[in-house]
Amino acid sequence: MENLISRYRNVSILAAVLFVQVFGLAVQVKRSTEQQSTRLIRVWTVGAVAPLEKGLTWFQGGVGDVWRSYIYLRGVRQENRDLKYEIERLRLEQVRLSDDAEQARRLQALLGFKQKFISKTVAAQVIGSSGSEQSRSIFIDKGTRQGIEKGMPVITADGVVGRVLNAYSTTAQVLLMNDQTSGVGALLEKSRLQGIVRGTPLGEVVLEKVMSDEQVAAGETVLTSGGDRIFPKGLPIGTITRVSPGPGVFLNIRVHPTANLSKLEEVLVITKQEEQTASLAETGPVRAVDVLAQRLPSVTDKPADDTKKQGAVSGGPQQAAQQQPNKIAPNSAGASVKNSPTQTGPATDTNHGPGATKPITQVSSGAVSSMPQPKPAVAPKPSAPTEDKPQ
Amino acid sequence: MQISYTSQDQVEVYKFSVPVAVLVPLTAIFLQAFLPLHLHFFSIFDLPLLVVIFFAVARRSQVAGLLTGAAIGVLQDALTHHPIGVYGIAKTVVGYGASSIGVKLDVENLGARMLVTLIFYVVHEFVYFLVARGLVGLTLEWSWPHELGSAVANAIVAAILFTLLDRLKLRA
Repeated sequence: MENLISRYRNVSILAAVLFVQVFGLAVQVKRSTEQQSTRLIRVWTVGAVAPLEKGLTWFQGGVGDVWRSYIYLRGVRQENRDLKYEIERLRLEQVRLSDDAEQARRLQALLGFKQKFISKTVAAQVIGSSGSEQSRSIFIDKGTRQGIEKGMPVITADGVVGRVLNAYSTTAQVLLMNDQTSGVGALLEKSRLQGIVRGTPLGEVVLEKVMSDEQVAAGETVLTSGGDRIFPKGLPIGTITRVSPGPGVFLNIRVHPTANLSKLEEVLVITKQEEQTASLAETGPVRAVDVLAQRLPSVTDKPADDTKKQGAVSGGPQQAAQQQPNKIAPNSAGASVKNSPTQTGPATDTNHGPGATKPITQVSSGAVSSMPQPKPAVAPKPSAPTEDKPQ
Repeated sequence: MQISYTSQDQVEVYKFSVPVAVLVPLTAIFLQAFLPLHLHFFSIFDLPLLVVIFFAVARRSQVAGLLTGAAIGVLQDALTHHPIGVYGIAKTVVGYGASSIGVKLDVENLGARMLVTLIFYVVHEFVYFLVARGLVGLTLEWSWPHELGSAVANAIVAAILFTLLDRLKLRA
């Protein structure tokens, strides 16, 4: 018997080690359906690897910063000019959008609309990955100490990234959207069809559960639907690249993620979401003059002499933005309307524009705020900012 | 390419110092987790697997080989979000197999090392595939072109890596 054991000693040890692992695997898989805590071995390994990754990322970032900030400055002047122009363009764009947003808020208030808002985020740096093609997950340098918890959504400025799978004290593991075990409730922007976005074994992203008799076109944007109770509604997920008949009654829809999942450096973890019902009080009283002012190009404050010389109308929206950036909001942004209930005086002559020479009559705030604002009938809307760069 | 049968007495058996035995696998796991972030193509390599093969072949002890494979595999599992043991099982088998080959064959030359790595990479992926599908229930797709391409890439890296790691070997 002893001979037999010693003869097959190595094979016996192999069988024993494999058995232990298979048994352990079986236990884990069985428990994976329940609410389980993190395995100690995971905590140890992540604890050993994460400081190295953090250190190297910090060093790499430092060297990169020195290079980019002090040495490699080619094209920075031009880039600066471009960015300034971009800021001006976006300010004007913001004016227009805040007008629309204000109107939408009023409508939501009328309908008792409930919506989730992102109220707090934590920025985190990506420090590592799983290192496996079968497990598409990353590690970030923020953990429970910074308020990160399991299940929190992770995004970038471009769109959805994934959700927090495990949170440790100073690090967290994020399951990417393109992993085959992930799932995000999705909505098509135009057709409003709902489905589930999942990853495939090859790391692609597909939209599932859309019936084959529906019309879905390539190029359509996919947004979060909010139905998964993880991601707030309306975040961009990706763009449809291919639609083909799938197995059964569903379409096979490929999605190209808006966030570059293979080159993530910084992400935002949404740590707090609030559910609010828009109220009429929130939108605040609105004066007709403010509503009209939102749609008119503003004029900068000039010395009295200049004003007399140049007359009432001068400068375009871009000029106004350049010379008086802070005045864009008071004169035109929706936020200023909301925050100016006490401004009930007559309309001033600083808001002039084409066709705005008539005196503007003030109307009761309730009447204005309780109904959707009509599109400008009295004064024409200023033309949208052009894409031309200033010479 | 020289792969010759040798008697147990003819083959060299090596050992490693404790720091090397600990730090080399940890470094491999760290690099495997860190480098794909910056070099996306790096995810086709499996540095921990190459380290398992190297230690197993050099030590020429089946028990040491399978235990090294199990330990490295379990650590690698801990960085994924899958149950712990999938890589562990695959690398245990590879550790045992590679050390068994090391006992019987002289795999010290470059060509033999590349061939052994190529074969054991495919074995590793196959065992992983079986365990992941059969036990864990993951949906994986087996693609021969992908697996063979990755195997060749890993074999090339192994040739370089093993040459570097040879400097850390001590005669037993």
